[in-house]
Amino acid sequence: MNLVLLIFILLFSLSLFFFSKSRIGYFSNSKQFKLKALPKYYAYYLSLWCALPAFLVLVSWNILEPTIVKNLIFSKIQSNSLNEVSRDELNLIFQKIKAYYAGNFTGQLSEVIKSGADQYKRLLSVAVSSKVVIFFVTIVIFTSIALKNIANNVHAREGVEKIIRILLFISSVAAILTTAGIVFSLLFESIKFFTTINFFDFIFGTSWSPQKAFVSDTSAKLSASEIKELSEAFGAIPLFAGTAFIALIAMCVAVPIGLFSGIYFAEYASTNVRKFGKPLIEILAGVPTVVYGFFAALTVGPFFRVLGESFGLEVSSESALAAGLVMGVMIIPFISSLTDDVINSVPQSLRDGSYAVGATKSETIKKVVFPAALPGIVGSILLAVSRAIGETMIVVMAAGLAANLTINPLESTTTVTTQIVMILVGDQEFTSAKTQAAFALGLTLFAATLVLNFIALRVVKKYREQYE
Amino acid sequence: MNKEQRRKKRYQAEKRFQAYGIVAISLALFFVGLLVFKVFSDGTSAFSRTMIKVPITFDADKLGITNINDKDEVENADYFTLVYEQFIKSYPYSNDKEEKQIIKLLSPDYEFEAKNYFLKNKDKLGKTVSLLLTASDDFDQLHKGNFPRNIPEERRRLSNYQLGIYDQFLKEGKIEKIFNNYLFSKGDSRDPELAGFGGAILGSFFSILVCLLISFPIALAAAVYLEEFAPKNKLTDLIEININNLAAVPSIVFGLLGLGVLLNVFELPRSTALVGGITLALMTLPRIIIPARASLKAVPPSIREGALAVGASRVQTVFHHVVPLAMPGTLSGTIIGLAQALGETAPLLLIGMVAFVVEIPGSPLDPSASLPVQVYLWSESAERGFVEKTSATIMMLLGFLIVMNSLAVYARQKFERKWN
Repeated sequence: MNLVLLIFILLFSLSLFFFSKSRIGYFSNSKQFKLKALPKYYAYYLSLWCALPAFLVLVSWNILEPTIVKNLIFSKIQSNSLNEVSRDELNLIFQKIKAYYAGNFTGQLSEVIKSGADQYKRLLSVAVSSKVVIFFVTIVIFTSIALKNIANNVHAREGVEKIIRILLFISSVAAILTTAGIVFSLLFESIKFFTTINFFDFIFGTSWSPQKAFVSDTSAKLSASEIKELSEAFGAIPLFAGTAFIALIAMCVAVPIGLFSGIYFAEYASTNVRKFGKPLIEILAGVPTVVYGFFAALTVGPFFRVLGESFGLEVSSESALAAGLVMGVMIIPFISSLTDDVINSVPQSLRDGSYAVGATKSETIKKVVFPAALPGIVGSILLAVSRAIGETMIVVMAAGLAANLTINPLESTTTVTTQIVMILVGDQEFTSAKTQAAFALGLTLFAATLVLNFIALRVVKKYREQYE
Repeated sequence: MNKEQRRKKRYQAEKRFQAYGIVAISLALFFVGLLVFKVFSDGTSAFSRTMIKVPITFDADKLGITNINDKDEVENADYFTLVYEQFIKSYPYSNDKEEKQIIKLLSPDYEFEAKNYFLKNKDKLGKTVSLLLTASDDFDQLHKGNFPRNIPEERRRLSNYQLGIYDQFLKEGKIEKIFNNYLFSKGDSRDPELAGFGGAILGSFFSILVCLLISFPIALAAAVYLEEFAPKNKLTDLIEININNLAAVPSIVFGLLGLGVLLNVFELPRSTALVGGITLALMTLPRIIIPARASLKAVPPSIREGALAVGASRVQTVFHHVVPLAMPGTLSGTIIGLAQALGETAPLLLIGMVAFVVEIPGSPLDPSASLPVQVYLWSESAERGFVEKTSATIMMLLGFLIVMNSLAVYARQKFERKWN
């Protein structure tokens, strides 16, 4: 239905466009006014006024309709039943009604569901017909308003340009809406989580075992001992430690290799080496992370285990070392190209001054260029760290699942992102504390990367201004 | 230490420092090489499929076909027993266990393969043909040399008896390797020899299409607004900071957004390319806006002034002159953004695009996998056959990425104008 209506406005406004473009001359003659803009602007004016409001009506209707239908059915069930029905029960009944309506219902059929399904069917048909009516009424109203405006000798081009500017503005607000959407969806579930589990138990607790969250219905009253047990299951310290640890290993790999290759490219490399070497290294940045994950899990992990065995060491096949090493490889091009940029923007005069007093090239780099570029390099390393802690696929595939609080790189550890994926992949119930915990983890991750990025961008910007 | 020695030492330090740089670059290049080598050496064998030549007599009585023109009868005939009985005859067996081991050498789809052949060649009724049937994964891997034969029997997936059959077949020339068309045309399967990434490619295609249709217009409009029309005020600053920060938000957070908002609030269908595409579009948005703004900024003010001087309005100036000149840079930024979206896995996991999908999706509203998710799914499987399939999928994915990125570079070099 929606598709038909969409195609209809598209075709209708297009035909309106071509029709009005050719007829606007006659129209102005018969109404006796002089055109203020080219005919095509009148055509744009008309078809925009015809299509945009109808499109908006369609979109908002589709967003609102499910909620309205749901609430109508809820109130019906509520009024039919003798005692109070809780929100979760209502949701459950509604799911069953929908399943029954779609014809794939399995389980015990009750009168409530049957009558609910009848009502659902009725409401849906009412909704469809009223949607179509409102849609066409909108088209007629706004098209006639536009026609009347044209007859009143409106400046069509200015009208069109105003609409375009408004559309441009709305598009740029999309970025803010995305951020708002992220913050709200994370906060919404996290707040529910923190009403059951103490915030400090979550942040400072040292044991993470979400499978203990057997109580799926948090709306039911929990006894004090149950709450205590739940609180003990969601201590996120092992996850934070594991994330930081793997990121640290990654940085130990990426920082030296990235820094030295960046410095070499900026200061020593001939044009040819730069021309071929840089894109080759940047291949590493273009490889999807799932490929690194596969590489870490099937090649690097087993390799370390075999290597460890030959030294008599016990290495887990999901060791933090393997995940961290591969993550480090992923980050190398990131650091190397940022370092290259930063070093290139250090003014030549600083180098010339250093050479003039007899320093060699490496002395100049170590004592003059590097200190001057340091803020920018620190900024790029911070960006790299934020990427490392937010990286998901490598750790999901190569790091462990069990939350070990350890500093042995040969053992397996888990990370924040791994746990989010583990909890949320597959079927989940949206009322369980476990699912909400994933959103709480997401919120901490979001906050941490936001702070890191904010500082890093600030530092880099300050540094750029210094030499501009 | 005299002057001479000191200078020598300093020069040595200089050489060492340069060597560090070279070592660092070679290490990075070594990793690139290792990765590519590993993927290719594992993946190339997935492009061929081992077949067993089996003489099959399409006996009308056995099939239960009385009238060859009766469509129902031909469709529902018992191809299973037909192939089963004739295949186990190809090697002597003494008990039930051995009989089972023989039939396990064929892929479970043999009945459909025989049926498809017969439906195309109905004149073969009552005749004997030598049919090529897909071998099971274990047999396939053995033939490709991925199964070491010298380990103890109980740790092997194939018994000594089955190895004997293999050797016999090999001697009789019954084993053939053909191009693996299943890999491209089929969806997921529990049996590695029948699994393909055809469904995943279409799923990826649909989600990238949705992503492009949503993110490109919005990103271009946003970039135009911010570069050309936005007044200098708090709101504009906020939008700018926002876009820069969004570009660095971990992709998994966008998955949480998709799950929390698109699936739970708007109740869009789970596991579909539509939801995947919208989620990816939100993620790609800032990654397109940033290069688009950079290329708008690179258009010199003289272009704008010229247009304004001959009486164009600001909107006309921007859309007739500035945007077309900024298009090459914007397009190459868009292609790079889409390439990143194509390789993205984590957000898709959260919105349920990890379902086991056998059917090839026909529209963005069907449940589907995508190429990177297929890599993830297969890499979790234990069968040896999935390792080569995973590597082949990665080869495919990398191929697409290389094409897209070179297209972006080409677009920029060919069409972008340098302003001095």
